[in-house]
Amino acid sequence: MSRDRAELLVIALLLAAAAAAVGFVVAYLDGADTQTLGIAGGIAFAGLAAAAIVAGASVVRSLPSTESRPDYSYEDDDFDGQGDVSGLRDDLAAGADGISRRKLLAGSAGLAGAALGGALVVPLASLGPSTTALTSSPWRSGVRLVDENGVPVESTVLQEGSFLTAFPGGAEANTFGAPVVVVRVDPAGLELPPGREGWAPEGFLAFSKICTHAGCAVNLYRSPLYEPTSPDPALVCPCHYSTFDVRRGAEVVFGPAGRPLPQLPLRIEDGILVADGGLSGRVGPAWRGVREQ
Amino acid sequence: MRSARLATALAIVTAALAPAATASSTTDQAGRADDGKALFREECSSCHGFAGQGIDGVAPDLRGAGTAAADFYLRTGRMPLANPGDQPLRSKPRYDEEQLDALIDYVGSLGRGPAVPSVDTAAGSVSRGQELFTSSCSGCHAISGVGGVAVGAYAPNLQGVTPTEVAEAIRVGPYVMPAFGRRQLSDADVNSIARYIEAVVDSPDDPGGWGIGHIGPVPEGMVAWLLAAVTLIVIAMLIGERRRRR
Repeated sequence: MSRDRAELLVIALLLAAAAAAVGFVVAYLDGADTQTLGIAGGIAFAGLAAAAIVAGASVVRSLPSTESRPDYSYEDDDFDGQGDVSGLRDDLAAGADGISRRKLLAGSAGLAGAALGGALVVPLASLGPSTTALTSSPWRSGVRLVDENGVPVESTVLQEGSFLTAFPGGAEANTFGAPVVVVRVDPAGLELPPGREGWAPEGFLAFSKICTHAGCAVNLYRSPLYEPTSPDPALVCPCHYSTFDVRRGAEVVFGPAGRPLPQLPLRIEDGILVADGGLSGRVGPAWRGVREQ
Repeated sequence: MRSARLATALAIVTAALAPAATASSTTDQAGRADDGKALFREECSSCHGFAGQGIDGVAPDLRGAGTAAADFYLRTGRMPLANPGDQPLRSKPRYDEEQLDALIDYVGSLGRGPAVPSVDTAAGSVSRGQELFTSSCSGCHAISGVGGVAVGAYAPNLQGVTPTEVAEAIRVGPYVMPAFGRRQLSDADVNSIARYIEAVVDSPDDPGGWGIGHIGPVPEGMVAWLLAAVTLIVIAMLIGERRRRR
């Protein structure tokens, strides 16, 4: 291929990559499905790669040059064995001089780069709400536990051995500190840490649903039908299988979590579960020096 | 002489078979429970005790377990267990229909316990079932229903389970599964969950064409990595320039 035609091909490929990247942005803003986004993004990268391949093979001049190795043999204090590369520098300058349409090439490369950069940046809009309220929690004494439909959780709903997810009544449910998982165990088996007496009326226990390892939603609960031959009751995080012993205040018994799930003290008012205070610790993953207990 | 001996042998065999034949042909509930009692003593009593009262630390008291639990554990082949410490897993049922009916009736007669629930999937709603499945079941059984691990126990695959098994498991809470009472999941909710499992879990809609086991993004990532690795190697070979030997 002549250099002239190769340059045109490179420009066409770069423009195609730019068009595909713009298409990605448009499809994203239009709410298209992920397959369309994947195809558009794939074409953009493939165009860029093809342009780089053609440019490398046919536009940029290639010339073989062998760099002589330094002499590693030990001869007194003479280590000055570097090869002579001055000729190569001249060759490269001559090769670059031969490129016509230099501005158009650079312009289309810049356009493709900018469009692809835009395509990489726009999906950031999918990252969800801001996490400024990472450590705050809406739980206070007197806040009622409600289900996902806002209905207060009655103590008769949960039988021993069952579990449900609850949110703070009258507060934003979509924050890190809000969701708790409520389990009910036989009160006789409770071995809560000292200072938590009365936190679990009738065997009701509530813990933050956010794993203290990586912030996943703890949504596995194993509750043995016949305990002597089964694993103990525990909450398990589905991401890395951190396992929390509910009867001992969600102490970590397995997995990478470094501290227990914060516990929410409970009381029962007119048959409804109500928080009897704030969470026992900081909610969420152990990062940036969060190392309680 | 020989024919006389043969006649005697035949008579003995007939006499031995006769009561069994009478017993098995009776459809009477009490008679079936009696059969069940004999079978229970033979098959189950080494762990659950001679009268189903359980053995401390080995197997639970079955008085009050009800037909729901017995039906679930026996019809899915989860009982009997080879070793009382094992997790009961689905397998081929060990007993035939008649023996199953007898055993289940007998365990039900041991005490007042929940009866086999009746499920009407036609009355359930798939969308409500999906909501309930997502909040109460998918944690352990995965959103695709293929099951998973809950440290120390397997959550079984729900593909191909019957609606009755679904309802029994929800009410009984077998092994380490939490049990859900009627105040938490109503019978209508159970109908919807069973319908969702029938409609979606049993016949997953694979938009990508191949579910790769439905165990989440891990196999999909593996396929992507393998394809990408091969593609990258091929491209590297195509665009690379090999130095000619002199």
